[in-house]
Amino acid sequence: MSTGIDTAALAAPPATTTEAVRSPARPAAPAAPPAPRTAIRPAARAAAAGASALRRLGAGLLRSAAIIALLAVWETAPRLGLVDATFLPPVSEVARAWWELLGDGQLAEHTQASLVRSFGGFAIAVAVAVPLGLLIGWYRPVAVLLGPLLEVFRNTAALALLPVFVLLLGIGETSKVSIVVYACVWPILLNTISAVGNADPTLVKLARSMDLSTPRLFQKVILPASVPAIFTGIRLAGAVSILVLVAAEMIGAKAGLGYLINASQFNFAIPQMYAGIVTISAIGVAFNQLLVTIERRLSLWRVPA
Amino acid sequence: MAKIVFDSVTKTFPTKEKKGRKERNGKGEFTALDGIDLEIEAGEFLVVVGPSGCGKSTLLDLLGGLTRPASGRILLDGEPVIGPGLDRGIVFQQYALLPWRTALGNIEFGLEARGIPRRERTDRAREFLDLVGLTGFEDRHPHELSGGMRQRVAIARSLAYDPDVLLMDEPFAALDAQTREALQDELRRIWQRTGKTIVFITHGIEEAVYLGQRVAVMTSRPGRVKAVVPVSFGARGDGGTGEDLRSSPEFARYRHEIWTLLHDEVARARQLEKEEATV
Ligand SMILES: Nc1ncnc2c1ncn2[C@@H]1O[C@H](COP(=O)(O)OP(=O)(O)OP(=O)(O)O)[C@@H](O)[C@H]1O
Ligand SMILES: [Mg+2]
Repeated sequence: MSTGIDTAALAAPPATTTEAVRSPARPAAPAAPPAPRTAIRPAARAAAAGASALRRLGAGLLRSAAIIALLAVWETAPRLGLVDATFLPPVSEVARAWWELLGDGQLAEHTQASLVRSFGGFAIAVAVAVPLGLLIGWYRPVAVLLGPLLEVFRNTAALALLPVFVLLLGIGETSKVSIVVYACVWPILLNTISAVGNADPTLVKLARSMDLSTPRLFQKVILPASVPAIFTGIRLAGAVSILVLVAAEMIGAKAGLGYLINASQFNFAIPQMYAGIVTISAIGVAFNQLLVTIERRLSLWRVPA
Repeated sequence: MAKIVFDSVTKTFPTKEKKGRKERNGKGEFTALDGIDLEIEAGEFLVVVGPSGCGKSTLLDLLGGLTRPASGRILLDGEPVIGPGLDRGIVFQQYALLPWRTALGNIEFGLEARGIPRRERTDRAREFLDLVGLTGFEDRHPHELSGGMRQRVAIARSLAYDPDVLLMDEPFAALDAQTREALQDELRRIWQRTGKTIVFITHGIEEAVYLGQRVAVMTSRPGRVKAVVPVSFGARGDGGTGEDLRSSPEFARYRHEIWTLLHDEVARARQLEKEEATV
């Protein structure tokens, strides 16, 4: 009767489907690089070690090739006059500016200010949204009741609310950390709720057949089953935390990378501006990489895609 | 040890409105089980056979306390079943292995629920993994095991935590003939040794005759008990197993009797399904 629908649903891997459905407006999430998976069997591992090392080297070269090409274009295009060197100075000049900023301690100061805010907000969001999401997800009626509301909040761009935050909380640290918390909460919360809802019903049945109490059921079944989906949310939040913070710092701040970028542009210190931008993307990449590593560690059991 | 009584048990499921269903009783309900009366003696090995979709798994869920009957009662040692308990162990048709735990960890899961100390847990789990022939696969996750291996882990799990009543839903369906026969004999030995009450669902008529003291044959939807066939072999006692038994004329007679009982039901179930599909 509904064969068409069924095959369509089967064709797409389930994780992708839910993700795509749940976050149509998600920011270009830095996807995990498809690192080669090591064989799991210990015996096979030893045998494959040499081959996998080679493969990793190859993959590493391949991946850095694109970056190197980008840097090369960045260096040559301004020098050849393809773009205006005033607005896009060659990468070597940006590097020099970055080095100077590092030398006089400015970079450290601004980076620290940004990291404290964005990690602080991110950590608060994780601490709040994961338990809350587990609770909401477990009590189906609550999830149904709150669903539409959560959708509204999630789809209200955090930055659109920045003026409201500034109005209510001033332009100090509170409003900046708050906006980061706000922006990070939604992806984590929504992913956690759906993770609990999608936990394999036969496993829940198994746990109930063994008469596990609800807290035990959470600890031993729901939570481990939800880890992958929760982490998807956490990784989204990680990217969002930096994105939102930088924007907030551009509006009103006396320190932070967003401020550095904005102020440099204002003072026409273009290489410094790019130095700030590069620092932010480096932080973003490093942060995501860290989260990916933790995620892998926690979900080693998953069927390799 | 544990006597089970089904007293005119009926189970219905709510359905979405759809026209033309015979077994719908006009209230948007689907009757899966209808007036089940069945007594299972303490220490008995009862096998349930019936066409696909007749409500066998539902019967087990009810006995496991995972769902409640719409009407009727289920008694376990005279007490009504009102919820799950560690006195009953279920081997689920879909194995229900925790994918983040290793084979060993999955077996330990039931032992943790029992509150058995860690040391003993690991030893027991190893022992039962060995029993189902999976020594050396302790550290494999379910996705690294074959279907039959997963099924054996699930069997080992429920045996390891030692419930009085074992509820097994087609536990050997995914196994090759040799492994199946080995595990059938193992299960019979465990049953004889421990005196557990076992309710065993299968689609295999031979398996039913080989294992059961009685075989309950169910009708297709709604599920009812059509007949209960007592199986006893003069020569069996507890010694006669394996090929001797399977090739005996008595065995063939029982096999044929149950086959005949099932035959009409399976045909009827097919017919029902066909009608539904064309609605
Ligand atoms: N949760 C449910 N909601 C609605 N209908 C259900 C539900 N569970 C089972 N059913 C229906 O009840 C009937 C019996 O299902 P059950 O799983 O007990 O069959 P079964 O005898 O175990 O079949 P099989 O041999 O194929 O495993 C089926 O027609 C099924 O569609
Ligand atoms: Mg079934």
